[in-house]
Amino acid sequence: MQDYDPGKDEPKEKVDNSGVSRRDFLKISTISAAAVPILGTRVVQAAGQPVKVYGPGKVPVELTINGQKHTLQLEPRVTLLDALRDQLDITGAKRVCDRGECGSCTVLLDGRAVYACSVLAIEAQGKAITTVEALMQGETLHPIQQAFVDNDASQCGFCTPGFVVAFKAFLDQHPNASPEEIRRGLSGNLCRCGTYHGIQLAIAQMAQKGA
Amino acid sequence: MPDYNWPDAEHRTLIGKRISRVDSPVKVSGRAKYTYDYHGANMLFGKVLRSSYAKAKIVSIDTSAAEKLPGVKAVEIIQKAGSTVPWAGDEIVAVAAVDESTAEDAVRLITVKYDPMPYLVSDAEPPAGAGEAAGPMSQDDIDDAVSNQVPDVQLTKYLQELGVSFKVDDDFLKEMQGEGASEAVLAAIRQAPYHPATSGGHSNYQKTATQTSGDPDKAFAEADVVSEGLYGAPVIVHCCLEPHGSVSEWTDKDHLFTHISTQNVSGIAAQMAEPLGVSAANIRIHQDNIGGGFGSKFAADRWDIAAARLSKKAGGKPVRIMLERDSELKVAGARPSAYARVKMAAKKDGTITAWQSQSWGTGGPGGGGMPPIPYVFGIPNQHKEHVAIRNNIGPARAWRAPNHPQAALITMGALDDLAAKLNMDPLDLWLKNLEITGPRREVYREELAVAADLMGWKEKWRPRGQNISGNMARGLGLSIHTWGGRGHASDCDLTIHPDGSVDIKIGTQDIGTGTRTTIVIVAAETLGIPIEAINLYIGDTLYPPSGGSGGSTTPGGVSSSTRRAAVDAREALFAKVAPALNAQPADLECMNRTLRVKSDPSRSLDWKQACSKMGAMPITARGHNDQVASKNHPDLTNSGVGGVGMADVEVDIETGVVKVKKMVAVQDCGLIIDLKLAESSCYGALTMGIGYALFEEKIMDQATGRMLNPNMEFYRLAGLNDIPELVVHMMTGKGYDERGVIGLGEPPVISPGAAIANATANAIGTRVSFLPLTPDKVLAALSQKNMTQKAGA
Repeated sequence: MQDYDPGKDEPKEKVDNSGVSRRDFLKISTISAAAVPILGTRVVQAAGQPVKVYGPGKVPVELTINGQKHTLQLEPRVTLLDALRDQLDITGAKRVCDRGECGSCTVLLDGRAVYACSVLAIEAQGKAITTVEALMQGETLHPIQQAFVDNDASQCGFCTPGFVVAFKAFLDQHPNASPEEIRRGLSGNLCRCGTYHGIQLAIAQMAQKGA
Repeated sequence: MPDYNWPDAEHRTLIGKRISRVDSPVKVSGRAKYTYDYHGANMLFGKVLRSSYAKAKIVSIDTSAAEKLPGVKAVEIIQKAGSTVPWAGDEIVAVAAVDESTAEDAVRLITVKYDPMPYLVSDAEPPAGAGEAAGPMSQDDIDDAVSNQVPDVQLTKYLQELGVSFKVDDDFLKEMQGEGASEAVLAAIRQAPYHPATSGGHSNYQKTATQTSGDPDKAFAEADVVSEGLYGAPVIVHCCLEPHGSVSEWTDKDHLFTHISTQNVSGIAAQMAEPLGVSAANIRIHQDNIGGGFGSKFAADRWDIAAARLSKKAGGKPVRIMLERDSELKVAGARPSAYARVKMAAKKDGTITAWQSQSWGTGGPGGGGMPPIPYVFGIPNQHKEHVAIRNNIGPARAWRAPNHPQAALITMGALDDLAAKLNMDPLDLWLKNLEITGPRREVYREELAVAADLMGWKEKWRPRGQNISGNMARGLGLSIHTWGGRGHASDCDLTIHPDGSVDIKIGTQDIGTGTRTTIVIVAAETLGIPIEAINLYIGDTLYPPSGGSGGSTTPGGVSSSTRRAAVDAREALFAKVAPALNAQPADLECMNRTLRVKSDPSRSLDWKQACSKMGAMPITARGHNDQVASKNHPDLTNSGVGGVGMADVEVDIETGVVKVKKMVAVQDCGLIIDLKLAESSCYGALTMGIGYALFEEKIMDQATGRMLNPNMEFYRLAGLNDIPELVVHMMTGKGYDERGVIGLGEPPVISPGAAIANATANAIGTRVSFLPLTPDKVLAALSQKNMTQKAGA
């Protein structure tokens, strides 16, 4: 562990910006760049606050997904979505826009809906990650899933898991929401086949249940 | 001969009912696997370096630094130095690495030197007189015409008149056949005169059509009323949520296994065989589910070939290339634009007498053909000219009902303006002219009545600009459309096992339209067993071939082949079981999981018992549907539907925001297999229609030649809050059911844009010429109208 105050002295080597993605940049621009690749976590001072710094290079990451602990070796720039899909073969959350515009990658982080494409895997440590795969009870569909089936709210189905998870997050937090409120709550998710009519019927079915 | 005909209404227990999509549970639970979800053992991640120039010659490519990067396993140059790239985003080099970020790093280490060339990315109206006469057709021209479903008659005429600029060989014919070219078109290509292309200037503007029929000059001179207008729709993209792409692995040095996101499972291997130098028989294609295609996923694309080559270089390890979102929007498909200046003539009573149009549009470097205008209405006197713009915006691909939504927008817009000029309710103008809509005219009449009733047209309709309260203007609009939808070629194997289980194998795909559900409903109905009793296998070249899912051809194709297979298997079962029931096979029937004697239903066996009488060997029957109607005895599918779309919109004349308040779709599609899913197709089409009417446009940057909005923030799809009350009515019963099965994917998406544009004109009292109806265009049209009124006052 070493302290590093970016104001005091310049690092000897700068990280080559060409190898830095948008998300890396957002992360490191608020702190600073590490001089040499060091595995694991360090703490540095940034804006007077101690901040954990990971990598570059692979670091151990522990994720709790659907109640199960997974230990992975990941570069800090890997998103939660890519960790789920490419490392763990948990593929219900889909990669579509990959920048927080469409909602197809929605998962729950401590019960709140997040876009998994816009959360780094390292940031999801210590939190309960819930994916669409955990919604069924054995072979029984969750009532939201059943409402989607009953009202034919999926066609190609690629956006469907994101909608279902966002729906659950919204209802968990707003159990007495009106159909209009639920619709607004799901407006962060997009569909291309045009299943919104079915989704609206599913919303009506669930709102009736809640009332 | 067994009776293959569809059962009549009183004998249908499943067909035509509302049955839930059989693959919904697997989709809502996240268990459905898509190509993007497939992760082979030791899979490598492929990434593609793409051109940043709209047009440029590649001077040199240096991949040495990328090759040295630890983790990089293979590099494949797609376009060599010396090639010319025709649009920004075109593929140049592909790399495969142990993980995605390493592959991205490697792409950044490749140095490509370009010699930029002048480009055009605009599709603005060509300067007057622009457009060279159409020369001989190139491979690209023909390819473009086939994939945009230019009618056979039109294309064969072009081929005869213009000839071809290249020597036709079998490979090209095979390729066109794979893309769905008919026998007539293939013959025309073979017989087309060869005119080597002349070198030199290649104009961006090409006159692709100049057609006159009847005597338009006389008709315009004698007209009571002449109406003129400008109409158009820009290039839009498919924006499939699952991008294009594939995972390929060599299982040995001669055998390739490819998972690919495709609408054309049975047709992909033949396309990959030649570039990879293996026979199609050695290529296995697999797909469980596809996250949207809409017409853009029929081909094995260059990146798919690259993935297979990278895999070979990497010792056969699986290589995945799935497009990033920006590439998906830039290069993986677009709908051609179409614009037209239209003049129409009519008698005082509304009888349409003449049409004149100067149209233009672009489908990228191929230019593209004239949309079928005037659409649906066979106006007696016509003069039409079309200029295709060949530019560098990227390639066009079939987009749900190719060319029809644009043709509807132009034609129905012109009719709507004519109605306004005649002070007629558009509904009356449409009804007045149904005589010239061809064989579906009585269907349109019936459908217009139903739609008007569901919309409350007669109560709600006001003349243009006369339903404004405060800032809010309200208006109604309508459009009608047509489509073919005959079933494609399809083979289906159905097996009944001695334990009573049934499986079906068919090399089709379910693109979200309910193909799985269609197949099992038909089989279950025919065998008298529940749909859950059937195991269905699709999406693999291990199964009998079935056509690509395009042009609404799948329902007719798979339902016919499944019906034939099921009837034959059932007859074979009857033959085995008849002795046990002391009856003739012809006297048997099966229903409610029971096989029984028709004349004495008390003599029966339940399904399992009956199957146990067949001995140790299962029964397999293959059903075939031929693309050519006359080869099917009887023909179980049909072609030709009509449909109506109506829209009710509200426009805020202060902000220019258009909000759709209600839409009605009335549609026929012959015998409906699953009413619930048929309605879903229409709801989805209305939704897509709202999207392309109000929001969607592929915006090109004139300064850089690149797409400005290759993302889902600025390429806006309709969202949950944009969707109003949607009303769908399917025409069923006598006159419809007995026609056989007809596809439904395309027709309902044709009219919404035209209906919304017309409703907007009705609301604000003036035409907004071009889609999408964004606030800037609405406000500009309103300000133009105010200026015109002031000038006139």
